Amino acid sequence: MIRRILAVTVKELLQLKRDWRTAIALLGMPLVLLMIYGYALSFDVTDIQLGVVDLSRTSASRRVVEAFLESGYFIRAATLDEVRPTDALFASEAIQAALVIPADFASDAAALRPTSLLFVLDGSDSQTANSILGYARQIVAGTTSEVLDIELGPPLEAAPLVWYNPDLKSSIFLVPGLLAFILMVSSVLATALAVVREKERGTMESLRATPIRAIELLLGKTLPYLLVGSVSAAGALFLAWALFEVPVRGSIFWLAVVTLLFLAGGLGWGIFISTLAESQQVAFQLGLLSSMLPTLLLSGFIFPISSMPRALQIISTIVPARYFITALRAIVLKGVGPDMWWQQAAALTIFGVLVLLAATVRMVRSL
Amino acid sequence: MSGGAAEARQSAAREIVVSASELTRTFGDFVAVDRVSFEVARGEIFGFLGSNGAGKTTTIRMLCGLLRPTSGKGMVDGFDITTESGAIKTRIGYMSQKFSLYTDLTVDENLRFWAGTYRVWGPEFERRRDWALAVTGLETRRKALVADLPGGFRQRLALSCALLHEPPVVFLDEPTGGVDPEARRDFWDLIDDLSEQGVTIFVTTHSMDEAERCHRVALMHAGRLLALDTIPRLKAVFPEGSVLELGCTGAARAVEELEGLPEVVDAALFGDRLRAVVRVPEAAAAIERSLVDAGFGPVTVRPVAPSLEDVFIRFIHEAEAAESS
Repeated sequence: MIRRILAVTVKELLQLKRDWRTAIALLGMPLVLLMIYGYALSFDVTDIQLGVVDLSRTSASRRVVEAFLESGYFIRAATLDEVRPTDALFASEAIQAALVIPADFASDAAALRPTSLLFVLDGSDSQTANSILGYARQIVAGTTSEVLDIELGPPLEAAPLVWYNPDLKSSIFLVPGLLAFILMVSSVLATALAVVREKERGTMESLRATPIRAIELLLGKTLPYLLVGSVSAAGALFLAWALFEVPVRGSIFWLAVVTLLFLAGGLGWGIFISTLAESQQVAFQLGLLSSMLPTLLLSGFIFPISSMPRALQIISTIVPARYFITALRAIVLKGVGPDMWWQQAAALTIFGVLVLLAATVRMVRSL
Repeated sequence: MSGGAAEARQSAAREIVVSASELTRTFGDFVAVDRVSFEVARGEIFGFLGSNGAGKTTTIRMLCGLLRPTSGKGMVDGFDITTESGAIKTRIGYMSQKFSLYTDLTVDENLRFWAGTYRVWGPEFERRRDWALAVTGLETRRKALVADLPGGFRQRLALSCALLHEPPVVFLDEPTGGVDPEARRDFWDLIDDLSEQGVTIFVTTHSMDEAERCHRVALMHAGRLLALDTIPRLKAVFPEGSVLELGCTGAARAVEELEGLPEVVDAALFGDRLRAVVRVPEAAAAIERSLVDAGFGPVTVRPVAPSLEDVFIRFIHEAEAAESS
């Protein structure tokens, strides 16, 4: 059994070595994708283009404007004398927000009369608008005592203490999901062509005439890609740490175990597709669709599973990335041990065993 | 191989290695193989001759345990093809129509892989690899990619890959397609050697030349086995003098005239000569006269030995006649 698996593995590795373009794609694709998506995909908002309409023109009003610019979130994109022209600036997307300080701001403030600032927002992207509004509220609250030049009594405050991701950077949250997405797509595609290629070339017919068993052939074809997948997964994790400051707080060993389980499931799924498809083209498309969409939409990568409709929640239980992302966040961000994610690891193991079994049954039937 | 030697082989204590009885395979309504029965003895080169779609490949695939028969029985080296295909696979070598080689691997790598699937390794593998390299003449090109090898080398390499585990029976499905005549001859010399060593060879072909090198030939047409015998005996269905070669002027036009004559069963043009199968040997003189009368003179007529093709066509005609009556 081992001999035959090894014979197939060696053969696949040699073929991969000859087909160096594919080999490089398999090794490099996850890294390139991580960089592209890692930078493009972010919920953090910075460099907000701010239009400033200071009708007060006092030291108090300038203090407020400075507070906005010093926060690091806002950039002064325009300075105006009246409110009306901001319409055109919003329309041309020259500014995303405008801060309007009324003429009587300073006098009201000095007299301790209730006063307000006008903060205008482009709400067409609600997510970004929400973030900007949050920043603005924070800044205004922080400058009140300074501007009004009074000593405020101790306010009632909820002291926030954010664990695992104190700066609330979205990359810390997104990169583990991104890793799952990239590893799933690349592992499924790696093996989706493995069996169908033999069918197309006609070598399958000869393999069938040998005493080799279906499980030996499938394991032999999965192993080399598990090796390739591990190398590129390690590279992607390193990049996540180096570029996006995703910490690895938990054990590297457990991280490797969970990643291998996930890769095995993806590779098994690819093999299963390969036994179904009759041409490499069909296999490629099936592999891409079946790995990309569920991992993107139903894994909790971007959309939280807990807020999905019940039916989608049920479907998501067969998406392996769901378990991997949960376990990955637990190990990488929270640094917790197997007692906290063993169910996820078990689910990944079950998925891997089931798909390999299904592929073997398919192979045996086609023999 | 002379007919006498083949007969001597048959009369000796025959050990049956491959047998089929009433072997049938249907695909939906289509009957690919229709109640085919035969026996093949150890060391025999057994030819399966027929056109494309005659059922040759389907028969071979059933015997190799790759396809379940719809009905009928088959045995290979003592094992039942329906229930013991696992055991059969360790005892046969199979060379499919598409060469079973990985063109992106080298000669050595292919040999190692196929040996691995049969669990041949270590010193045993080295011995068999050296043998394979010797018979293929690839000793100096072990590191060459198969993609870079000419067809003849590939074909012999594919055969030796199927022989690494020294199987007692080899199935070859149209092994010499797309190979030049010289390489084809080398290939058949290798087949003869294997036969001498007691390896049973079951080979399908649609080439009459190749069929001539088999000890016995089965004629297959539309899923049916039309005839099965040694080449001399198959040819003996034609009485001496019933196949004629004719020379005349305007041979291309004379074919039609010839086919229209009542004495002629079949006529064909070969270059500037005509070939005719006649009903009775005595018809030669009458045919010569008819052609001269039709203005194709001067006419020469001489009896020739029937070709395997003549035999094949005759059996097909007979089968079709039997069908329609």
